[in-house]
Amino acid sequence: MMGLDATRVRAVVHKELRDYRRKRAIVATMCILPLLFLVQPVVTIFLVTPTTSGAALQKSLILPILYLLLIPTIMPSTLAAYTVAGEREQGTLEPLLTTPLRQQEFLLGKATSVMIPTMALSYTVFALFLAAVRLFANSAVASAVFDDSAIILALFLLAPLMAGWGIVVGMAVSVRATEVRVAQQLGVLASFPPVGLIVLLAAGVVRPTFSVALEFAVGLLVIDALLLRFVSGMFDRERLVTGAKASRDST
Amino acid sequence: MAEGQVMGLSCRRRPRHPFIVQRSIFLLVGSIFKHDVWISLTPDDDVQTDLEAGGNGHGPRTEAAAGGSSSASPRAITSVREITSAPTLDGTKGPAALAVHQLTKRFGQRTAFSDVSFEVAYGEVFGFLGPNGAGKTTTVRTLGTLIAPTSGSATVAGIPLSPENEVDIRQRIAIMPEAPGLYLRLTVTENLEYFAGLYGLHNPRPRIEKALEAVNLTNRAGDLCGGLSKGLRQRVGLARTLLSDPAVMFLDEPTSGLDPVAAREVHDLIIGLRQQGVTIFLTTHRLDEAEKLCDRVAIMNSTLRTVGTPAGLREQLFKRSLVVTTVEPLKDPEQLFTAIKGVESCLAEGPATYVLSVSEPRAAAPEVVRGLVKAGADVLTIGETQHSLEDVYLELIAEDVEAHNQ
Repeated sequence: MMGLDATRVRAVVHKELRDYRRKRAIVATMCILPLLFLVQPVVTIFLVTPTTSGAALQKSLILPILYLLLIPTIMPSTLAAYTVAGEREQGTLEPLLTTPLRQQEFLLGKATSVMIPTMALSYTVFALFLAAVRLFANSAVASAVFDDSAIILALFLLAPLMAGWGIVVGMAVSVRATEVRVAQQLGVLASFPPVGLIVLLAAGVVRPTFSVALEFAVGLLVIDALLLRFVSGMFDRERLVTGAKASRDST
Repeated sequence: MAEGQVMGLSCRRRPRHPFIVQRSIFLLVGSIFKHDVWISLTPDDDVQTDLEAGGNGHGPRTEAAAGGSSSASPRAITSVREITSAPTLDGTKGPAALAVHQLTKRFGQRTAFSDVSFEVAYGEVFGFLGPNGAGKTTTVRTLGTLIAPTSGSATVAGIPLSPENEVDIRQRIAIMPEAPGLYLRLTVTENLEYFAGLYGLHNPRPRIEKALEAVNLTNRAGDLCGGLSKGLRQRVGLARTLLSDPAVMFLDEPTSGLDPVAAREVHDLIIGLRQQGVTIFLTTHRLDEAEKLCDRVAIMNSTLRTVGTPAGLREQLFKRSLVVTTVEPLKDPEQLFTAIKGVESCLAEGPATYVLSVSEPRAAAPEVVRGLVKAGADVLTIGETQHSLEDVYLELIAEDVEAHNQ
């Protein structure tokens, strides 16, 4: 039987968030990236002329919104890549593994602690974008965005799932990587598949509708869950401590 | 202080959280990891019941305490009844805090240690000595469930070493690795709070305060660990091991790199823990440390070379002898000494210094003095040869090197 203990998970989350707060450079870089990602969509929205309408207007809007979804995908990848490799590099992994903390609790705690700032910043940027549209964009654009609640719903629904993807892939890399730098570089690759999808949507290969977004969300949820389980299976205490894979005589 | 509690603290069971949403999230996430999930949103029952029963202390875990563990598998509970015995300090047999039987660990073709068997009684300070690469740290990691043995068996704090018992074992032991591995951006207290949470302790403040008091760090509680000296970090590491009130404490080179004063403080702390009945498994290179602190020592060099009390090992390895120094060299020392009652053999060690093998030094010494005086020799000094643990260690390791060279 396996039990997930909330106290232990909370302890990991609490410590991680405390650690982020202490490292101001992390917080600063965490904030800079989403703000940079906000510039392009806002500029695009302002470039839409009031005369644009119908399919052309929708096409003009969809790309910046998809672009915003890259924030929760890219932002957590480097943080997630640090989760295990970082502990190992700073020599804190072994003491951690000597406690009753289960690998599932460890991974869940780490994933949650990356998810919290990612979602806080992503939703803040989304809110800033929507505020900019409401306050400064022309009325056609504003109504196109706000009248079709599916756009906002898709944005807010897909963001945690995209973040989940970035986090789980980042952690998978972190569990296997021998060095933090390697883990972080590989972690960035996590954003490639979603970028590919966005390119397909932007190119019109896949029609961006709410049902497509919903199907995509369900698919992503399943993939995230399977990946999380896969990462848990990859977590080998012996290999993490000694660099050698666990083995036991069959006799 | 109640028996079975190093810190003299107990934790109260908190009421179950009524957070259905949180529970559902855990159920969902738990099922992602594995199918057979049970949910615990309460404080860790292992710790709670165990402490309440006084079972997570320094004696064998009682069946009642084991039964109170909500996460203990039936096998783990059964295993508590399978406690083996170990030699206690007074020579009788008692329950074993550690029982290791033919334990072997190989990494591919390389053998870290093989066929290691020993037992450690509750309340014992057990020294684990050996040269670099002898397999000491790997043994600690194996007993601490960090790595799996290749073969053999062991019982740690009354629980058989097996993958399904890993969490139960880790709940009842504490390991301080050679490097304390602290979070340098967190304060001393924050580091301890984190680990208290990992042990499932609720309201850890009093326990943290006691741990800090024990290592004399109360006045540095708010300091960032990054600003502490190596000795102070080592003390924080020790405080961390005290948090969970462990039945067995593994200390891997706890004084490595410390100055004599800091090392002395660690020694005092270990002595204090010993007086409180904590079982300590101490790996060290420092033979003086082992001799001072340990009830028994094991000397390891991939295989277990010997186990015993320091005095016992000295007797086992070295014949008892007297060292006699005379003012002038003796003419025929061999003939003179072997004629004396109680002297078995004689060896000249200098121009006027002789080492005499004797079975009973206290009885032989007066006879030797009388014999020398009778022969007209002037005795300068006479005394029993004092072999240190270092001599024992060097003798055994030298044997290994010799065997290896052959």
